[in-house]
Amino acid sequence: MSHTFTLDGKTISFEEGQTIMQAATKAGVFIPHLCYHPEFKPHGSCKLCTVKVNGRQTASCTMRAIAGMVVESDTPEINDERRTLTQMLFVEGNHFCPSCEKSGNCQLQATAYHLGMMSPHFDHFFPDRPVDASHPEVLLDFNRCILCSLCVRASRDVDGKNVFALSGRGIDTHLIVNAKSGQLADTNFTLHDKAAQVCPVGVILKKREGFAVPIGERSYDKQPISATVEAKQEGY
Amino acid sequence: MALNDRHAEAVAGIVDRVVTRYRRDPTCMVQILREVQEACDWISPEAIDRLQATLGVPRTKIEGVAGFYSFLYLQPRGKYRILFSDNITDRMHGNLTLMERLCSSLWIEPGKVSEDGLVSVDKTSCTGMCDQGPALLVNNLAITRLSEARIDEIAELVRSNTPLAEWPADYFTVEDHIRLPDILLGSQMAPGDALRAAHGRAPSDGLMSSNMRSWREGLPTGLGGPAAMLDEIKRANLRGRGGAGFTTGLKWEACRNAPLKSGQQRFVVCNADEGEPGTFKDRVLLTSYADLVFEGMTAAAYSVGARRGFLYLRGEYRYLLEPLNAVLERRRKEGLLGADILGIPGADFDIEIHLGAGAYVCGEESALIESLEGKRGTPRNRPPFPVTNGYLDQPTIVNNVETFAAAALIALKGGEWYASIGTKHSAGTKVLSVSGDCERPGLYEYPFGVSIRQVLADCGARDTQAVQVSGPSGICVGPAEFDRTIGFEDIPTAGAFTIFDNSRDMFEVARNYVHFFQHESCGFCTPCRVGTALLKNLMDKLHNGCGSPYDFAEIEKMNQLLQSTSHCGLGHTACNPVLDTIEKFRPAYEKRMTRKDFAPAFDLDQALAAARQMTGRDDPGAHIIAEEFGEGSA
Repeated sequence: MSHTFTLDGKTISFEEGQTIMQAATKAGVFIPHLCYHPEFKPHGSCKLCTVKVNGRQTASCTMRAIAGMVVESDTPEINDERRTLTQMLFVEGNHFCPSCEKSGNCQLQATAYHLGMMSPHFDHFFPDRPVDASHPEVLLDFNRCILCSLCVRASRDVDGKNVFALSGRGIDTHLIVNAKSGQLADTNFTLHDKAAQVCPVGVILKKREGFAVPIGERSYDKQPISATVEAKQEGY
Repeated sequence: MALNDRHAEAVAGIVDRVVTRYRRDPTCMVQILREVQEACDWISPEAIDRLQATLGVPRTKIEGVAGFYSFLYLQPRGKYRILFSDNITDRMHGNLTLMERLCSSLWIEPGKVSEDGLVSVDKTSCTGMCDQGPALLVNNLAITRLSEARIDEIAELVRSNTPLAEWPADYFTVEDHIRLPDILLGSQMAPGDALRAAHGRAPSDGLMSSNMRSWREGLPTGLGGPAAMLDEIKRANLRGRGGAGFTTGLKWEACRNAPLKSGQQRFVVCNADEGEPGTFKDRVLLTSYADLVFEGMTAAAYSVGARRGFLYLRGEYRYLLEPLNAVLERRRKEGLLGADILGIPGADFDIEIHLGAGAYVCGEESALIESLEGKRGTPRNRPPFPVTNGYLDQPTIVNNVETFAAAALIALKGGEWYASIGTKHSAGTKVLSVSGDCERPGLYEYPFGVSIRQVLADCGARDTQAVQVSGPSGICVGPAEFDRTIGFEDIPTAGAFTIFDNSRDMFEVARNYVHFFQHESCGFCTPCRVGTALLKNLMDKLHNGCGSPYDFAEIEKMNQLLQSTSHCGLGHTACNPVLDTIEKFRPAYEKRMTRKDFAPAFDLDQALAAARQMTGRDDPGAHIIAEEFGEGSA
């Protein structure tokens, strides 16, 4: 049996054990995502990468590819849902792009542009999430956390430090750090940790480096987020 | 300083004692945290220090787990921690008024701790006492049949700092209320009978347990007993009683056939995390039919080849822990648990009880397994399924309490007998937890196929406007559908049967359920975490008199998104009560439509209330009237 499936009508080949996301990415097809990162175990929580497999919706980052499956991704219906999910993430936290150092390098912002999000649509929750500026090198601005848990996975699986974890439940779920004081300064976190590099939004920021690259010249200012995957196709 | 040191020392002593009893095993985290809290009233930073040291796990893991469960506290919540059950049936019996009465009597606000640290009062999701509510939990022990007089007495007991052990025993009485028994609730089975019958049904060489075979049935003889037991379950056509109705025989067979890696074993888990608002049948089954449940689990273990089993008991049923442990101990003495059960070589099986700590989502089988492993109760990505990759990644069956009780009956009397009861696709009986507006709330057991109308007649319901079958995750039916029947062909149910008469406002029923889902969402996936919160805000907006057809459209949109993108069943069903009531009880919504197109949730005049209070003004000039700004009324 050939190892291929169709994605929006296009034939995609895959290797045994690959997820739909992995196979699509390798083939240069972009599926919007926030909690997925190729170097880490898939999480399946943001649901931005939802696709329709044989008529049923599922997260493409956790669903293994099966030969012959028919996958729909870039359809108006699914993109509408992705846009709504993105709006939900915007109103759940406090995301003020113009004042954010991550602007232009932020996956949430770039995904919103990609999906044509013109407004937050829902009433903002305006949660109260104090900033942690205790660490000499790194600032934690929890206001922008989308609970993707990439820092949790990176710190646990790569750094072997368990600096980050999620606590709370439901809408009160929040990021915590590994210190009795609850402060990053009291952990063994350093700027060289993998966890310092993976935040898709502006929660984990390097201090004293603001605007090193001016807004307008940043990653997603120059090309849309979809290009990060689609570029690979050309070299593939 | 010395006092602090002494405190830390005392806490460390408690933690050490608990951790040692659980063999320093981090997979017992939920149990350890619960017991530490029982001794210390909360999980203090000092307790976490010691847990971190003795369990060898990072602080983040401990705080992450403790933060997930409603009944575990990382902040002090008082020596008496009182939680009012807030199911719709508790509401109908005036729980909010009673809570207010207690709070004003104790001079505290709901959700806050008294200044002397003595007491906190708050609400919690349905505690499974719907037939004898309103109810509350004090330090996780249930008090039923609340009244104004009882609330005043409780206030006095708290004020006088009376130890819980000295509170009147009558408060803690939980009645069974068995109104209509059939094969299960009427069973007189003596402990061991079902196992003996199952064993006796095997061919003469069937003396060996499944534990002694290889996964490929490598042993040519001696397999009769377990295989025969499995055959009876299949013949019975038994389907899971948790609501989804998966075929039990297939589940057991898949687990039995799942390959084991070196050092692995199979597990049997009984899901007693009965959290669906309105259901309480498992509470009664575990109170008065525990032998039947444990015997069913043992028969399952015999059939799939498991050595260990867990009963995952919801935290709300904490009071059942000691009685259930006593039943297990008796069964061990009787040779019905432990090694070589009934003298069958290799038939080794024992059961441990794990208590939950207030998280409805743990009723989902993969979340339940996560919780059993001492983690946050987040549903797993599937596949793989628990039958192959369950508890600690080993083959595991998870079945409902009632399913195991039925399995014991099948072991005793055979599959054919069982299959002859009920309907073609729904064999056997179903135990219904009836509550709400009726004369005789309690348990009713019927063969599948019984009509809603019949149940209503039997329990003495009058002027019934609606029945919520299977709780908020289920379906709301109006009088036009009362001839519909209970069964997998028509209305499947986990057991809740909540009745509303004509005096009830079905919008408020739906709103209560929406608050429930918002509170119980695990928060893992975006659509459920944010969607249930948005839905709650929409329903509150209507409740506050700011409804419009726009809000209907938003609810519809939220439903679509939750159904198609949520991670688990909680998100998939969270909109059900709203959509059902919109469809069937539209007038309850219509009367909340204050505008033709759109009404903002933000009330300009209300926003000035604080300023009015501060300035001591309440003249017309200090008010803003919305109509003046060109809003057309409906």
